[in-house]
Amino acid sequence: MNQETATLSAYVPPKARSLLEPHRLFLMAVFLVIVFCAVWFLRWDWMPKYGSRLAYGVWQTLVMLFWTSVVGFLLALPIGLVQVTGPRPLAWLAKGFCTIIRGTPLLLQIWLLYYGLGSLFAQYPEVRSSFLWPYLRQAWPYGFTALMLSFAAYEGEVMRGAFAGVPRGELEAARAFGMSRWTMFRRIWLPRAIHRALPTLTGETVLQLKATPLVATITVIDVYAVISKVRQDTFLTYEPLLLLALIYLCLTGILVGGFRLLERRIPTRGA
Amino acid sequence: MPFNLDILALSPPGWGGVLLGGLLASLELAVGGYLLGLVIGVGGAFGKLYGGPILRDLLEIYTTLIRAVPELVLILLLYYAGTDAVNQLLLLIGLPAVDISGLAAGIFVIGVVQGAYSTEVLRGAIQAVPPGQIEAARAYGMSPFLALRRVTLPAMLPYAIPGLSNLWMIATKDTALLAVVGFSELALVTRQAAGSTKSYMTFYLAAGALYLLVTLFSNVVISFIERHARRGMPRTV
Amino acid sequence: MKNIIKTVTLAIAVSAAALGVVQAQEVKVGFAAEPYPPFTSPDASGKWVGWEIDFMEAVCAEAKLKCTPTPIAWDGIIPALTAKKIDMIVGSMSITEERQKTIDFSDKYYNTPTGIVGPKNEKFDATPEGLKGKIIGVQVSTVHQEYANKYFAAGAAEIKEYQTQDEANQDLAAGRLDAVQADAIALDAFLASDAGKCCDLKGNVKDDPAILGAGVGVGLRKGDTELKTKINAAIKAIRANGTYDKFSKKYFDFDIYGG
Repeated sequence: MNQETATLSAYVPPKARSLLEPHRLFLMAVFLVIVFCAVWFLRWDWMPKYGSRLAYGVWQTLVMLFWTSVVGFLLALPIGLVQVTGPRPLAWLAKGFCTIIRGTPLLLQIWLLYYGLGSLFAQYPEVRSSFLWPYLRQAWPYGFTALMLSFAAYEGEVMRGAFAGVPRGELEAARAFGMSRWTMFRRIWLPRAIHRALPTLTGETVLQLKATPLVATITVIDVYAVISKVRQDTFLTYEPLLLLALIYLCLTGILVGGFRLLERRIPTRGA
Repeated sequence: MPFNLDILALSPPGWGGVLLGGLLASLELAVGGYLLGLVIGVGGAFGKLYGGPILRDLLEIYTTLIRAVPELVLILLLYYAGTDAVNQLLLLIGLPAVDISGLAAGIFVIGVVQGAYSTEVLRGAIQAVPPGQIEAARAYGMSPFLALRRVTLPAMLPYAIPGLSNLWMIATKDTALLAVVGFSELALVTRQAAGSTKSYMTFYLAAGALYLLVTLFSNVVISFIERHARRGMPRTV
Repeated sequence: MKNIIKTVTLAIAVSAAALGVVQAQEVKVGFAAEPYPPFTSPDASGKWVGWEIDFMEAVCAEAKLKCTPTPIAWDGIIPALTAKKIDMIVGSMSITEERQKTIDFSDKYYNTPTGIVGPKNEKFDATPEGLKGKIIGVQVSTVHQEYANKYFAAGAAEIKEYQTQDEANQDLAAGRLDAVQADAIALDAFLASDAGKCCDLKGNVKDDPAILGAGVGVGLRKGDTELKTKINAAIKAIRANGTYDKFSKKYFDFDIYGG
């Protein structure tokens, strides 16, 4: 697949049109009625009891999102770079990695790491007695690894396109100025490539946010896991899930808004 | 213990047959959901482009909501809500409740999620068709439907294919999420097989290989279709 | 134009057929879609087998119901029942007050003690003191979760909740848990398996009739009294005519019905 198809626009903010057109007012009234009905007719008495746990869950989700994205992005740089520069074996390796991660469901990868690899570790006493064991016996390192690798693979594909897309003339000009290869990479190639990849970052991060609840299936406590707990305790189906959808909606909105602010601060002329 | 390949044999006591059955269920889900998504997408794209203001706003809300909420949450909500809604509706018009199969509910869920994305893909593709072509069709006296079938759809196809093929990939992978509601597709049967035999590594790797095969095979087919649809177009890449 | 209408009608007809809408006439029996040996587990041909499957078949035959086994996610099993996705639950579901607020139960059909297992090389008892500082695994929305939260939560390092018993067992074998609390029979099956070699039974927990006492019953929708009467009669009948003991002997060498 070519590069522009590699990412889906996860969320394109609607164009700001006037909110006060007559049909909008009518629609808003309808929605207010729906919201009122939801609040009035459904059961929300469990909310106060789980409030603090929900806040903790949201925090965990955000922490997971932040660190997997940051580490994943750092990993994506070399993955994208070697596919452009070579050497061949490394390029093949990186391409294979991207194909495998992007070609299989993340849920399966998470289970493979946690149940597969985890049970393999447990068979070796050397692993069990090593200093890493206290971490390896917890669930979050597996969830973290899976999410991070997934982000690295998808963003690696973007970075490959970004590195390849920097105009050759700019690199040649840098060489002509007598820059060493490393300086050229550090001063010209890398910043230009990151700049080119930035617009896709919003979409990728939203996709990553939407992937985080999968780690709840391996006992990591995030906001999804807290809602699952509510569902099991109260036997309610819709109310907790509706709240969960609302929470993710807000998180996505905040994320998109934040990125938009960030993008405005970075001058984009000539990019 | 971890890599005993006998347990993957196709007939019992091997679990290979069960895995292939799961793969088949996954593919049924993916194909059904994808097609339903396309139907929703065509309707949604035209609604967004040519519909009235209320329809446009409603579609905007639909695509925004679906794309901002995790698929896992949507699948749980729609899986329960979808069947509930159908039965409530039937009750309202005085018919007895029906029993909706897991497959139908699964296809509905995947279709609704896919629909939001294909709406966007198709809208973009339709906008990429030079408007003069569509206007010319109308000027020849074609009805809107005929113009759609003979001109707009064929002309937008080359623009839509990259996005649509990407959506197909996502559809195949999203089917795994239905494991969470207990639908016996590939991911869930893999988990059951792994749990029953305790050969976790073997089964998860085998299932991964199956998913990967689907992806690679799809890639081949897609590149063929892409070449076919692009004939007669200027080479841009 | 005619063609289009034809195509559209055809498409609607086809998609309606694909939706697989069939009239409900049989009883759908729900249980967790995860291996829970020796009660319910899939075999290599994808068929579900176990004591509880035999029990279900015996009850349905006795009550003259056409039962369809319907594996379903455990965490959504009660909503599935109330939403009429399934008509009864035969899934080792203990009768508890909390659940009775939402659903109805038949009379109990088995009752067993609750045990605690842990790694062989660690010695401790199934008491709050013994479990101090331990990470204990339980299955969610079970009596064991409730019991562990009441008696062990204060001292234990953590009470980890799992969607399925199988996952908790697996994590115990993988060394991620220090102990697992569950039904003694299910634990026996685990200890007898390859994965269970790591561990042994630390003992049964002190009984608390308020939580553990009522045994396991068939879960039914509230108001579905007709089905409830049928099921209760069928349980009584297979207990009386020896069917119950006959299939139980295939799995256990003791009386699973309990006192």
